[in-house]
Amino acid sequence: MAGEDTPILEIRNLHVSIQETEILKGVDLTVGLGEVHAIMGPNGSGKSTLANVLAGRPEYEITAGEILYKDADLTEMLPEERAREGVFLAFQYPVELAGVRTWQFLKSAVDALREYRGEDELSIRAFDRLVEEKRRLVEIDPELMKRSVNEGFSGGEKKRNEVLQLALLDPTLAVLDETDSGLDIDALKIVANGVNRFRGPSKAILLVTHYQRILDHINPDFVHVLIDGSIAMSGGSELAQTLEDRGYDWVRSPAGVEA
Amino acid sequence: MAAAGSEQHRYLSTFQDVEETLASGGPDWLHSMRRGAVEQFSRLGFPTARRGNEKWKYTNVAPIARGSFGIDIEGRGNGVTRGSLIRCGHLQEDQTTLVFVDGRYSRELSTPPKRPNGVRIATVEEAARSHEALVRSHLGSYADAEDGFTALNTAFLQEGAFVHIPSGTTLDEPVGILFLSTGGGDARASFPRVLVIAEAESTATIIESYVGLGEGRCFTNSVAEIVVGEGAEIDHYRVLAESENAFHVAAERVHQGAGSTFRSHAFEKGPALGRYDLGVHIDGPEARCDLQGLYVTTGSQHMDNLINIDHAKPHGTSRLYYKGILDDSSRAVFGGTVLVRRDAQKTDAQQSDKNLVLSPDAEADSKPALFIYADDVKCGHGATAGNIDRDTVFYMRSRGLDPETASRLLIYGFASEIIDTVRVERLKRRLQSLFLDSLPSHTFEL
Repeated sequence: MAGEDTPILEIRNLHVSIQETEILKGVDLTVGLGEVHAIMGPNGSGKSTLANVLAGRPEYEITAGEILYKDADLTEMLPEERAREGVFLAFQYPVELAGVRTWQFLKSAVDALREYRGEDELSIRAFDRLVEEKRRLVEIDPELMKRSVNEGFSGGEKKRNEVLQLALLDPTLAVLDETDSGLDIDALKIVANGVNRFRGPSKAILLVTHYQRILDHINPDFVHVLIDGSIAMSGGSELAQTLEDRGYDWVRSPAGVEA
Repeated sequence: MAAAGSEQHRYLSTFQDVEETLASGGPDWLHSMRRGAVEQFSRLGFPTARRGNEKWKYTNVAPIARGSFGIDIEGRGNGVTRGSLIRCGHLQEDQTTLVFVDGRYSRELSTPPKRPNGVRIATVEEAARSHEALVRSHLGSYADAEDGFTALNTAFLQEGAFVHIPSGTTLDEPVGILFLSTGGGDARASFPRVLVIAEAESTATIIESYVGLGEGRCFTNSVAEIVVGEGAEIDHYRVLAESENAFHVAAERVHQGAGSTFRSHAFEKGPALGRYDLGVHIDGPEARCDLQGLYVTTGSQHMDNLINIDHAKPHGTSRLYYKGILDDSSRAVFGGTVLVRRDAQKTDAQQSDKNLVLSPDAEADSKPALFIYADDVKCGHGATAGNIDRDTVFYMRSRGLDPETASRLLIYGFASEIIDTVRVERLKRRLQSLFLDSLPSHTFEL
């Protein structure tokens, strides 16, 4: 396992508010290349806020603390700059883009990334090949490539479309915000397979989830429990199973001692 | 004519000046129609909002009424050539097209049908002689006689476009009707008139276009009547691309028989003041109309769409779907009314108007309305107006797109939904270049 090098992501004492309500109250988290971190926690604990703050959602205000990504201040970067630097957020609720064809959207995103890296725009043929390869990986109906992004997609198709984008954009840090929610077991396996293919020594994954279920398919190196805006407990992958058995209340009681 | 105001007087005296020339172009009964219409206009005048006139509540036509416009009664053509029209993409070389310049028919610029197939494509004046009974029974039967603009159009009716598709005939190629405003030195008024009669079980595609060539002031006052016979199927395209200094007021009346289908696609950009009044009368059971539209307004333009669907007979279906993109300090008015009469049971009617308002100074006034007098119907309506959604833009930015690219894709996508419905491939490409290549851009506040 990597991790002895400089971490790819370092979050220190992060405080975040939305409309003057504090959601994150001092989060500390260090993620190294090659690592998969699961962030678990009950509803309203701030998991999605953490994921969205990393992607730069403008509504959130960072009131204290810092986020370092590749040793640079991530909070100073615009959302599109973060994306081009290799930060990817798979949305809990992927947005529908009326009239924007999936194929066109994916091509624009890949081209923007390539332009940033000083590479040539992909030819239509080369891009078609790339999409076809990745599309098969997540088993998305090719017809969806011609339709408006996420419009009329089923819940499972939307999530698979997120993983397709992950595969195409090939980021360094992937943040998956409840990508498992609303999926049946077959779709869950397809999504997990896509994420596992992405996993590697030069990648880092932050897996935000409510349930332990997806962790049967994507085995995390670390599990963190977020309760009321801060990390209440961290451990190895076995922690997920303990949470599944005992529930989040077990963490809430002092130092995890059983009541 | 004693009560006529000074604004009417200008047109009434012009009428007297040109009456002899107008009368010489067709049979006497046609000129009697003109005379009746000029009386009507002197009584009605230009519509104003003041008279409690709901139809004109949001659109002030004073700039038209006050304006001084000449009429090109001699039809000088103003130096427009076929080559230049083809080069600019206004004319498709091999597509049957009637071309009018400043309201006057031009034989030189027009393209006759390749295989007439019993189809008659001519001027209304010609048809008034060759198909007298037919023209007499339809011309002016559908347009609203109580409308000042319609009266004015009929008064100055000269030539006009006539398309007759006999029963059971299928026209494979679209028929174009192109009205050009030269927008030269003199401010011109033109009075385009269209009469399309599609008899039972016939099929045709009609492309009615209004294009501005120059930037000068002009006023186009058009009236079109379309008869869709029993079981007939008409695809109708209306392209409005007049110049920024043009005034455009149009009425279109469609009369549908049993089991007929009328598909209308309206694309509008350009004029300083534009008004499109489309009325569809579903006068036979099991008829269907699909009315779609896209309007783009910028600067201080004003575009007013008034769409009425009258379901008079049972088992009818109507779909009304218009979209607008508004920028700068422009304004768009959409009045969509669906009337379901007592006999029109099992009517299925949906209407929707969506506006993308890109500037805080732009204004969309959308008033969809349903009047239902039958008890077993399925009807719905909706209207939206809003700017590009921040969450949507954030989603796209999180994929590495800058906000400008993101909003361009969204605006393009918004407009192309309507353009994608175009079934004539060449026209679709033309509309893509006319509308999509010059869409308003949007700068996002970060």
